[in-house]
Amino acid sequence: MSDQSLKRVDLIFGEYSNVKYKILADTLARTNDAILKDILDSGLRGRGGAGFPTAMKWKYTAETTSEEKYVICNADEGEPGTFKDREILLRVPRKVFSGMAICGKVIGSKKGYMYLRGEYRFMLNDLNRELDIYHEHAKKLGFDFTIEIRLGSGAYICGEESALFESMEGGRGEPRNKPPYPTTSGFMKKPTVINNVETFVNVMMIMRLGPDQYKKLGTTDSRGSKVFSVSGDTPIPGIYELELGMPLDRFVDEFGDGDTKAVQVGGASGFCVPRKKFKDTVIGFEGVPTGGSMMIFNSSRSMYNVLHNYLEFFQEESCGQCTPCRVGCQQLLKGIVAVKKGEKKAAYLDQLMKLSESMKITAKCGLGQSVANSFSSIVNNFKEEMIY
Amino acid sequence: MANKVNLTIDGINVAVDEGKTILEAARSLNIHIPTLCYHEDLCVAGNCRVCVVEQEKVKTLPASCAMPVSEGMVIHTNSMKVRLARKHIVELLLSEHNADCTKCYKNGNCELQGLASQMLTGDHMFLDLVPDKKYTIDMFNSAIIKDDSRCIRCQRCVRTCEELQSVSALGVAHKGDKMKISTFFEHSLLEVVCTNCGQCVNRCPTGALIERNYIDQVWDAIYDPNKHVVVQTAPAVRIALGEALGMPSGKIVTGRMVAALKRLGFNAVLDTDFTADLTIIEEGHELLTRLKKALVDKDPSIALPMATSCSPGWIKFIEHTFPEFLPNLSTCKSPQQMFGALAKTYYAQKRKLDPKNIVSVSIMPCTAKKFEANRPEMRSSGYKDVDFVLTTRELGIMIKQAGLEFEALPEEKFDSFMGVSSGAAVIFGSTGGVMEAALRTAYEIVTGREVPFDGLNITPVRGTEGEVREASVLIERTVPAWNFLEGVELKCVVANGLAHAKTVMQNVRDGKANYHFIEIMACPGGCLGGGGQPIPTNPEIRAKRKEAIYAEDMGMSIRKSHENPEVAALYTEFLEKPLGHKSHELLHTHYTPRKRY
Ligand SMILES: Cc1cc2nc3c(=O)[nH]c(=O)nc-3n(C[C@H](O)[C@H](O)[C@H](O)COP(=O)(O)O)c2cc1C
Ligand code: SF4
Ligand code: SF4
Ligand code: SF4
Ligand code: SF4
Ligand code: FES
Repeated sequence: MSDQSLKRVDLIFGEYSNVKYKILADTLARTNDAILKDILDSGLRGRGGAGFPTAMKWKYTAETTSEEKYVICNADEGEPGTFKDREILLRVPRKVFSGMAICGKVIGSKKGYMYLRGEYRFMLNDLNRELDIYHEHAKKLGFDFTIEIRLGSGAYICGEESALFESMEGGRGEPRNKPPYPTTSGFMKKPTVINNVETFVNVMMIMRLGPDQYKKLGTTDSRGSKVFSVSGDTPIPGIYELELGMPLDRFVDEFGDGDTKAVQVGGASGFCVPRKKFKDTVIGFEGVPTGGSMMIFNSSRSMYNVLHNYLEFFQEESCGQCTPCRVGCQQLLKGIVAVKKGEKKAAYLDQLMKLSESMKITAKCGLGQSVANSFSSIVNNFKEEMIY
Repeated sequence: MANKVNLTIDGINVAVDEGKTILEAARSLNIHIPTLCYHEDLCVAGNCRVCVVEQEKVKTLPASCAMPVSEGMVIHTNSMKVRLARKHIVELLLSEHNADCTKCYKNGNCELQGLASQMLTGDHMFLDLVPDKKYTIDMFNSAIIKDDSRCIRCQRCVRTCEELQSVSALGVAHKGDKMKISTFFEHSLLEVVCTNCGQCVNRCPTGALIERNYIDQVWDAIYDPNKHVVVQTAPAVRIALGEALGMPSGKIVTGRMVAALKRLGFNAVLDTDFTADLTIIEEGHELLTRLKKALVDKDPSIALPMATSCSPGWIKFIEHTFPEFLPNLSTCKSPQQMFGALAKTYYAQKRKLDPKNIVSVSIMPCTAKKFEANRPEMRSSGYKDVDFVLTTRELGIMIKQAGLEFEALPEEKFDSFMGVSSGAAVIFGSTGGVMEAALRTAYEIVTGREVPFDGLNITPVRGTEGEVREASVLIERTVPAWNFLEGVELKCVVANGLAHAKTVMQNVRDGKANYHFIEIMACPGGCLGGGGQPIPTNPEIRAKRKEAIYAEDMGMSIRKSHENPEVAALYTEFLEKPLGHKSHELLHTHYTPRKRY
């Protein structure tokens, strides 16, 4: 039954052509406007989590005049339960580099960087070898866009774009105030496009298939396919490329172990969906968005422990600069412990819920703003587990 | 002209320049949004989030200090949503904070405390996190105490130390719940590049960075019948002390300050301005001697340009950062230390006192002077030349402790001797002041005439905040002894704030600038913006203090250091001549190269 609505796709990892860098060569021959129009028509939204329309990001950056501009590939992949960028980089790095190069052409940049998660150092040699090949081809095509790989420092917050720039500039990985946005002031305070690894691959997909074909995948709000990292209580953990916009119950049918109690969609900063809501939940920007992480929990799991674990993660991984996030995370963690131990009344959870709401609207960056996602969805749906 | 942007704040329409923030727009309407990490002197951090406001059609609450205005914005600064969020934020800060205000030095002048009292935070809605924190207090330094248990991590200090001072002694260490303000390898401030300038103290909104106070020790000395306690007051104290006692900025309170010190029970109330004049004589002669040795005798060992040495924050900075330029520093001690050395020698002899019974106290706009007084070289009288250094703020506290109604005090005069000074000494308190004072004297020594400036006001060297000011003075029609200087254009540069000092020194090092004389003050605006001055500080307050200093100068009957009769008497009775043997023993010093971290 799942087969009709859960479409497995093989576009991201599949080979497009026997000729290396053929699509890049074809695309470089096109006009920037035509390329941008295709991406716009495709409805592509960023795969790094926030889902910002990619065409708009490129367009704004293209429109900003500056001698120097940068293209940055965000390969920091720090979200717990996410390992899809790793797979993409291992299997089809060429598509990522080509996507970056096309971006470089469109926005008028000569320099790209890949910010690679420190833990992925093991693939650095292979990536650099592939980069040499890319540079050879670019040279042959007379295309001036070089790419360099920078290794991350291991902090989750360095995946946040402005903290990533700070880190690349040699500073401490602390998010900046926005505005200004990267499109006008990013790396080295220059106009910068920063995209997720998978976003660049999607660009290549659009260049190959054309927007009309691409649009056939997914829903109005969530076009295309997506690479999911499936983990937890599943007999078949791993990487799957699926069409966006699927209902969660179909997903659970296929990947669950028959006893699924909840799915955490989008990692620690995502939402926890309980069994009773599987049916009404769509995975995509119109429903519950995800950067790729799908963590499945069966009824043997304590959701208190799950939340405790996430909050520990946030308490440690917050950059610590802003009050709501630095102190809020500590309070949420200590708060649920106190309630569990009976040191605080159950009603204190409501107080904490309000606090998480304040964090969502006052924190400086996406990290602190998204703690409330898992906090409120777990506490609301599994209140008894929090108390008893 | 900048484009105007229209927006609505709390129902009021306002047009402000493009690029302004919501906070600035609100202030222009006299709507005061609370802030903690924001400071006029520093770049915007946007990390405390206390200043959040509600913007219609936007889900999150922007931080008003960091959010530029945009056309058609509708802002609410005091909506229900804002009030709850703000309360949450202050409660969160307090939950991490060792808020025992009655044990805290900043009690009564603390921005966090002010905010907490405004918000009625009595109910403590969250758990107390302090017991689980392993907060430490750095008490090793003689000038500055850093108490992490009172830190709200606003990073004002970090920005101050980096942006204004280019020292970067303070930085952020660790992340998440362990994030803290720290130093190189978490060493004590005593062991790192910190210059003790106290600029971070001036801007810290809480009691996390404070001066080490010596108030009780000074009271003990005053109460001790066997001690003769002399106090000296630096030029910049008299134009700022009023602020610490509830008066508006820019009031000259010299007479009331003297009266207060007498009522506190000091045995002699004397003036650092006296030794400021003395510094000018010594330093002026030193400069001229160096010029002569370099230009006439062609002595290659003579280091030029010569740099002033009266700002101890600057001294420690150059010791760490440009140790190769230590020979360029004037060997003159700061006026404070000259005074201290004379208090226990000349003054003791003249007053027939045993120097071991003299306690010498100084009131300074400065925290670095506390460190300076503790340098091992500063014992040329055979005793510790200056026993205790108090800041302007500490004096303010003592006056309050003594129950004096400061504004109502009658004006009194400094005791004599070592109490008379010139206008040239007064302007030591502002950037460019030492240069101007030195030129008033040196020019006259060399030419026999007054400096060719209207009313002796050498405005070209009067520095401005945030600026390196270069000026030159052409020396003409010299008296015979100095005719080797005929036609020489004396090139001077004046800088305040260590970031600018660094620029000057880099230019000198790289051969990009060719000066004879460099004046550096470690603090923005000079001593008037010193790290021991009343809190708060901002450009407007400092501008008022500066006006007061130049007004005080103009009002003095003596305007030139070499016309100070008490200084003249000092030379005839005791020192004999400038740069003489006794001078060298008591008034000059040497410097120590230090590590660069
Ligand atoms: C705490 C935090 C961590 C993030 N980590 C990543 C990451 O590892 N990889 C990523 O692509 N985006 C990450 N992002 C999102 C980036 O800030 C940014 O939105 C993204 O790289 C934009 O790419 P896209 O438009 O292609 O999605 C993170 C955001 C936050 C707030
Ligand atoms: S929300 Fe958290 S991670 Fe983001 S700036 Fe604030 S403290 Fe840092
Ligand atoms: S820092 Fe301020 S709030 Fe904290 S204890 Fe001191 S006075 Fe009270
Ligand atoms: S020491 Fe003071 S200025 Fe520095 S972060 Fe802490 S509270 Fe802010
Ligand atoms: S006293 Fe001056 S040098 Fe030392 S930490 Fe503070 S600002 Fe930096
Ligand atoms: S004052 Fe605006 S965020 Fe701190």
